Amino acid sequence: MTGALETHLRARRAEGAKLLVPYVTGGLSDDWTEVVAAVVSAGADAVEVGIPFSDPVMDGPTIQDASARALARGTTPGSILAQLSRFDAGVPLVAMTYYNLAYRMGDLRFARSLAAAGVAGAILPDLPLEESGQWEAEAAVAGVETVLLAAPVTPDDRLAAIAGRSRGFVYGVSRMGITGERASLSTSAGVMAARLKAVTDLPVLIGFGISTAAQAVEVCAEADGVVVASALLRALLDGGGPEEAAEFVGGFRAALDAG
Amino acid sequence: MTAAEPMDPTPHPAPSGSPSGGMGEPGSDGRFGDFGGRFVPEALVPACLELEEAFRRSWADPAFRSELDALLRNYAGRPSPLTEASNLSERLGVRVLLKRDELNHTGSHKINNVLGQALLTRRMGKRRLVAETGAGQHGVATATAAALFGFDCVVYMGEVDVERQALNVFRMNLLGTEVRPVASGSRTLKDAVNEAMRDWVSSVETTHFCLGSVMGPHPYPWMVRELQRVIGDEAIGQCRALLDGGVPDVVVACVGGGSNAAGIFSGFVDTGARLVGVQPEGGAAIGRGLPGVVHGSASMLLQDEHGQVSEAHSVSAGLDYPGVGPEHAHLSAVGRVEYPSVTDDEVLDAFGLLARTEGIIPALEPAHALAWVVREAGRSIPSGSSVVVNLCGRGDKDVAQVAALLAQRPPSP
Ligand SMILES: Cc1ncc(COP(=O)(O)O)c(C=O)c1O
Repeated sequence: MTGALETHLRARRAEGAKLLVPYVTGGLSDDWTEVVAAVVSAGADAVEVGIPFSDPVMDGPTIQDASARALARGTTPGSILAQLSRFDAGVPLVAMTYYNLAYRMGDLRFARSLAAAGVAGAILPDLPLEESGQWEAEAAVAGVETVLLAAPVTPDDRLAAIAGRSRGFVYGVSRMGITGERASLSTSAGVMAARLKAVTDLPVLIGFGISTAAQAVEVCAEADGVVVASALLRALLDGGGPEEAAEFVGGFRAALDAG
Repeated sequence: MTAAEPMDPTPHPAPSGSPSGGMGEPGSDGRFGDFGGRFVPEALVPACLELEEAFRRSWADPAFRSELDALLRNYAGRPSPLTEASNLSERLGVRVLLKRDELNHTGSHKINNVLGQALLTRRMGKRRLVAETGAGQHGVATATAAALFGFDCVVYMGEVDVERQALNVFRMNLLGTEVRPVASGSRTLKDAVNEAMRDWVSSVETTHFCLGSVMGPHPYPWMVRELQRVIGDEAIGQCRALLDGGVPDVVVACVGGGSNAAGIFSGFVDTGARLVGVQPEGGAAIGRGLPGVVHGSASMLLQDEHGQVSEAHSVSAGLDYPGVGPEHAHLSAVGRVEYPSVTDDEVLDAFGLLARTEGIIPALEPAHALAWVVREAGRSIPSGSSVVVNLCGRGDKDVAQVAALLAQRPPSP
């Protein structure tokens, strides 16, 4: 059965839209849910909500800072989900976190608590194919779509397996490295997107280091869409709020719509 | 756990034929019972597979084994002696034998592992090493191998450790390695591992992650234990020559990640010897931790109720780590090895005691193993027992820190 995340992204793609998925760290500030609402009204097709973890090994300094700041404010998985359950974003939400938070609570309980808060999908970057089977099964029982990641070094046979098991969309990592802003787009981003498009009909989104609207347009020559995280969070860490977030995301939306 | 419960002094039976309980090869999924695995981002999976394949092939290759043996003998100074600590034995009423891995080149057991990984790095055609370090001993060993093999080398070290182990930072610099201080999190070993993994994700095509303990994703816990088993293999042979019956009553080692302990235990796991891994009180992942997943494997982990990793606290930078190698979590779960803990004060006392009685200044890490023996001699270690202690590092690096700590201490009555 196709879930809400995949259904929505496929429908948007069918309308001819390029997909735009901003990332917001849950619990970053008092008004973080207003930031989520603002990026949705500025044209986000889905929103990734980061549930901060103490040891985010796939993240560069910006998301590390945002995670540490959210944790220092007393943010917990429970506090984020409680706020989300009182809030209708209007587009599907995808939780991004590290596996230990799910493991501690128990896979099924964690997946059910995401679903109960209205979260449609989950991304756990430290669960590669060999380790994610149990989580994927429990998440499916709870009605949560597990988005899997592919990397530039992933060989073709693994790439097909990842695309085959991913739900919602498939997340192509733009380059070998961690999250963080980059002045220029790696050539591996377009290659990653094209390789994934060749093996799947799922929406293919590219993330890691997409920092400007021009880069988003460039990668969307091959990809169905982009995930934008560090560049947006930088604006929030530098004191921005819902208005600045909307302006930032609105710039991406306009550029993608113009093509 | 503050004091060890009184224990049954009869030797534990060797586990019957269980390959994992007997410290054999983990399953193809890298599991030791419920622990281990390969919890890494997709970008690192091909590198872990390549390393597993290279290690499996090399470890079965007599040419590789003899090249490593020659390096261990001629460069690192193996075998290390097993020294009868007569003065300390008299004092404690138990017979203490010290496995002298502190006499290795660079001053600890860490060189055993690093020389093996350096040979593998060359076989894989890589030319750059990254490593994490706590006390700096693994960093120094890695920097040493990098100099010997002509590799570029970057070592990540928490800011707190850069300060308390300044001498080792300077040694690494002398050896041509760049030390990058890590300012995130607790600014100790846990955060150095995070930063080394971040470097590795970005550089994996040219770089080998030279992990310093029996932790991380498969194949590291298994590979590092195999590279350290030389300690146990030598020690059991030396015990045959020294002890009636050839098997000591107790084998004791300190446990941070657990590589020196895994190395010495692997020689004795199939005997009746009581095996004891001593943890710092503020880093007792086994006993105070819960099952968790961090740094690539499932193991026991100090963490809060939500799964956020806690900060460890120990006088010893090398043991200041909230996790533990997955095979130790398994050996604890199946009841083959005990994992008590000791306090910083007990450690400082044992540090001084060995220096005064035997003329050997131990590192703060193996002083944990000694501290447990001092506490338990005549209690859970019956008088007259034979006890092998893995003296896995020397104390030169710790002298300045201990001087400062002793100066703050109230004089003992
Ligand atoms: C002398 C010494 N012993 C022990 C350790 C802890 O490591 P492990 O538990 O892997 O032996 C260290 C780490 O820095 C060390 O320097």
